[in-house]
Amino acid sequence: MAGNVGTYGEVILDVRDLRMYFPITRGFLRRHVGDVKAVDGVSFAVRQRETLGLVGESGCGKTTTGRCLVRALEPTGGQILYRRADGSCVDLATLDRRELRPVWREIRMIFQDPYLSLNPRWTLRDIVGEPLKVNGIARGRALEDRVAELLRLVGLRPEYMRRYPHAFSGGERQRVGIARALATNPRIIVADEAVSALDVSVRAQIINLLEDLRDRFDLTYIFISHDLSVVQHICNRVAVMYLGKVVELADTRRLFLAPQMPYTEALLSAVPRPDPDLRAKRRRIVLQGDVPDPADAPSGCPFHTRCPYVQEVCRREVPPLREVAPGHFAACHFAGQLGLRGIELEGVA
Amino acid sequence: MGELLLEVKDLRTYFYTGEGVVRSVDGATFDVHRGRTLCVVGESGCGKSVTALSILQLVQRPGRIVGGEVLLHRGEGSQEVVDLAKLKPHGREIRRIRGKEIAMIFQEPMSSLSPVHTIGSQIVEAIRLHFEVSREEARARAIEVLRRVNIPRAERALDAYTFELSGGMRQRAMIAMALSCRPRLLIADEPTTALDVTTQAQILELMQELQRDLGMAMMFITHDLGVVAEIADEVAVMYLGMVVERGGVREIFHSPKHPYTQALLKSVPRLGEVRAGRLHAIRGSVPNPYNRPGGCPFHDRCDSFMPGRCDRIVPPPVELEGGRVVRCLLYGGGEEPDQSAVGKEDGRRWQGM
Repeated sequence: MAGNVGTYGEVILDVRDLRMYFPITRGFLRRHVGDVKAVDGVSFAVRQRETLGLVGESGCGKTTTGRCLVRALEPTGGQILYRRADGSCVDLATLDRRELRPVWREIRMIFQDPYLSLNPRWTLRDIVGEPLKVNGIARGRALEDRVAELLRLVGLRPEYMRRYPHAFSGGERQRVGIARALATNPRIIVADEAVSALDVSVRAQIINLLEDLRDRFDLTYIFISHDLSVVQHICNRVAVMYLGKVVELADTRRLFLAPQMPYTEALLSAVPRPDPDLRAKRRRIVLQGDVPDPADAPSGCPFHTRCPYVQEVCRREVPPLREVAPGHFAACHFAGQLGLRGIELEGVA
Repeated sequence: MGELLLEVKDLRTYFYTGEGVVRSVDGATFDVHRGRTLCVVGESGCGKSVTALSILQLVQRPGRIVGGEVLLHRGEGSQEVVDLAKLKPHGREIRRIRGKEIAMIFQEPMSSLSPVHTIGSQIVEAIRLHFEVSREEARARAIEVLRRVNIPRAERALDAYTFELSGGMRQRAMIAMALSCRPRLLIADEPTTALDVTTQAQILELMQELQRDLGMAMMFITHDLGVVAEIADEVAVMYLGMVVERGGVREIFHSPKHPYTQALLKSVPRLGEVRAGRLHAIRGSVPNPYNRPGGCPFHDRCDSFMPGRCDRIVPPPVELEGGRVVRCLLYGGGEEPDQSAVGKEDGRRWQGM
């Protein structure tokens, strides 16, 4: 649980009531019969140099949120306020392609699959140099110098520039993806499951690399992951998502030690932990059933169908995301009253 | 410890490809005991899946078992022992064992479930293949196993197709199919890797419960050390085709002996760990299978590398106290390659070198 709050800068990204709906159409006339509400009213703010984790299970909308932030998708509603280096503020949600250009190079993305995200017919020079070329930053000799510098930065040898991705292992490919993301000197990096596909021994290298780069270039990360142990290690704050909504948002340490939303409690208790002695001690909360269909979300609290503490009010009313302690937000009617259990600290009785 | 069910001794499975020989499994030795869970853990390419496929003689060409034994103890009073590695891959004998005595489940349920048949017809087929029962009886048994794996409305699920089920439900259906013939050993190859944590918790819970009730042994293949700590009784750690360390789950996690096991355990971020800072990473990456290092397969990434020894000598298994077996020269075994210095399981290995 690294970092301390005093070192962060100003709010660099302020997401307000972000919504991304995918229409469901039916029949020959493609009649609009409903929406998959992949992201449904998400709000959070990120400070400079901070790492915010977005966690949740598949279908919770964490990747869609990330894709909206880099504007790979055009949000249905809401605002994404981004403060540029010169202090001016733009709303990424409504910019058109031409206006996005200068901003795009400042917010970059790293993808999960290092095998699918690199074009196999391009050399590393093409892959890492492309953003430089597209954004008119460098060409020819200067471009090669910059690519060499970037490769060195991520721990690859500059001579590899002429090789193709197939010659590299998963970890090395992920380094290439990181070099490409860094090419335009971004300020924010959205890392979507950036270490999930990697082997344990290589994963640690990449996590260390991401942390080093953050410190060196004052980067801000939005770290999307389903792996709570990695999130705990790298993130300063964490937002837990469920069915398109942020259901809890807090400082990493607080969220893991004292969750206020039953879903977070269940999620934490379900993580298998590498210590056989915890087996007897722990109380695992096994949730019943599956995540509901986001095209047909339940009424009231989205989690009420699986919540072990469900009450009548949960079925009727949507709990707002409210501040239950300074900086700790939870969307639960009974936040603060349930006495939920977080994780025990290791090495502490 | 329970009676011995399966003994894998120095198993070697090679793939003869156009580009060269890939030694996917190259010295895997472990035992599975009745009613116990053995976790085989390792990173991608360490040969853990090929080991499982070799046990059931399911290795596809150009792969072939080139050495070692896979001894299945028939049990139930008989002293009969079959060496599965010697059976013909398409022969009658192994087909009688597959599915009935040893069942297997996979990471991706769709790789073992048919998309064009209902769940019920697939389970009924499996039951009728191994038992002489009527269609109705088999159907009743199918409903029973589906109930057993907590599939709601089992009668309806019987007539469902796989695409109508969620990921967790498919995994349950596959487990139901594997259990339908009451196997004595279930081999599970990363059965929860593709699932979300809360679904994974459900499936792990279910598998442990079934194991307790049915007294079956499990060989559970995974790369997730958290899952290992959760369910294993014994652990076998594999690296580049070789079982480098094995022992009880507590011993492996609390006093790992092999430098690879030690490094692996240090490189995972732990939930609830107070210490912040950099993770301990293992340098380099798993070598290309065509370009394996000589000697100890881990020597080029090892912090305890001893030049002139680790890169020359393939470490023999060394037995430590408490049934631990480790293949690392730090624990001896690297003397003159004569029979006396060699661990008992590995006698033949040296003659071939």
